[in-house]
Amino acid sequence: MSINRRDFLKVAGISTILGFGGISAADAVRKNLVEASQVMPNPKALVGERWALVIDLSKFKTEADYRRVIDACHNTHNVPDIDNPKQEIKWIWKETFEHVFPEQEDEYLAEEIKHLPVLTLCNHCDHPPCVRVCPTKATFKREDGIVMMDMHRCIGCRFCMAACPYGARSFNYRDPRQFINKEKENPEFPTRMKGVVEKCTLCYERLAKGLKPACAEASNGGIIFGDLEDPDSEVRKILSTNYSIRRKPELGTSPSVYYVLRRG
Amino acid sequence: MYNGWKIIIGLVLFVGLVIAPFIFSGEKATAKPDPKVDTPEILKLPENERKCVESKEYIKREHMKLLNQWRDWVVRDGNTLYTSSSGKQYTISLQNTCMECHSNKKNFCDECHNYAAVKPYCWDCHIEPKEKES
Repeated sequence: MSINRRDFLKVAGISTILGFGGISAADAVRKNLVEASQVMPNPKALVGERWALVIDLSKFKTEADYRRVIDACHNTHNVPDIDNPKQEIKWIWKETFEHVFPEQEDEYLAEEIKHLPVLTLCNHCDHPPCVRVCPTKATFKREDGIVMMDMHRCIGCRFCMAACPYGARSFNYRDPRQFINKEKENPEFPTRMKGVVEKCTLCYERLAKGLKPACAEASNGGIIFGDLEDPDSEVRKILSTNYSIRRKPELGTSPSVYYVLRRG
Repeated sequence: MYNGWKIIIGLVLFVGLVIAPFIFSGEKATAKPDPKVDTPEILKLPENERKCVESKEYIKREHMKLLNQWRDWVVRDGNTLYTSSSGKQYTISLQNTCMECHSNKKNFCDECHNYAAVKPYCWDCHIEPKEKES
C-alpha cells in the first residue's frame, strides 16, 4: 500500500492535534496538590504600602523605658543575650545621640541632647543597600516596605553587614541557643543558627496576625507604627506637624524610621 | 584446578566477610520505622478530625516539598493561610501547626529520618516541642 503526500499530511496533522489534546486532558484530570492558588494572606493581617516607625525621644526618660522596649523585642524573637560586644546580637538597642546622628555636626549641642540615649534599629530603608549586595537574596524588600530576612537562604557572607550604614545587622559567631534564657524563650518563634546574619524584621509575624510590632506595643506611645503612604495615618500626622530627623539621610537610603525630639 | 584449595579458602573468607554485617546485625538494623501518631494532642481531637493537612500517602511522599513551599509562601510572599485539598484552612507554620499535633518529634520525625539517614536542618533554628523523656 502506498500513501501520497496529501494523505500523509492529513494523518500527521490529526495525530498531532489528538496528541496535544490528550496531554492537556490528562493534566486536567491529574490534580496538582501543591498549587499557589491554595494560599492567601490572613484577612486579619495589617496591610500597608510602606510601613514606618516614628520614635518620640521625649517619651524615653528612665532606663526602664528603654529596657521595656528592648526586652519586648528580644524576648519575642528569641534574641540571644551575649555579653561580649564583638559577638552581641541586637535587633533594637540604645546609643547616644551624637553617635546615632553623626552628621548633625552642632559644635555646641546641649550636653543633655548630645548624650541622650536614642533607641535605634533597622531603618527598613526605601533603597536598602543590604538588599543590593546580598548574593542569595536572603535579604529582600517586601511590597509593604519591610526589609526582610529569609534565614533559610543566608550563607553568612556578611556583605550586608558591610553595606548597612547603621550597624543594624548582627552575625551569629556562635550558636545562639546557649545564650537564650530557656524560661523566657518564645516557643512560637524560631531561633537562629550559627553562621547567619540577623536583624529586626519589623515583626512581620505579628503584622500577619493583625498585631502591631512588639516595640511599638511596649513603648507606651514612644514608638508609633504606621503607613507612610496613607495620608491619614498617625505617623503622617506626626511628621506633618513636628520637626523630624532620620539617620544619615544624605546617603540616599531613605530610612523609614523617623525621630522627633518632642511632640507639639 | 591449579592451587585450587587456596582459591577456595580465599573465596570462603571473602564471602564470609561480605555477609558478616548481615549475619551479626540481625533484625535490629533493618527494623522498619514506625512513626507514632498517638500524641495526647491528636488523641484529644474527635475521631473524624484526626486528619493531617493532606492525605497520609501524600504527606509520606511529599512532605519535604510541601514544607519547602510553605516556607517560601510565608517568608517571601507573606501568605500565611493554606487551604488544603479538603478545603480546610491552616496557618502555615512548622513550629506552630505541624508540631502542635505532632508533639513527639523523636518518635515521629526522627523515626524515619534516622532510618533513611537524612539529617534535615529544621531544628537548628525551629524550636522542637518539649517532650517528656520516656
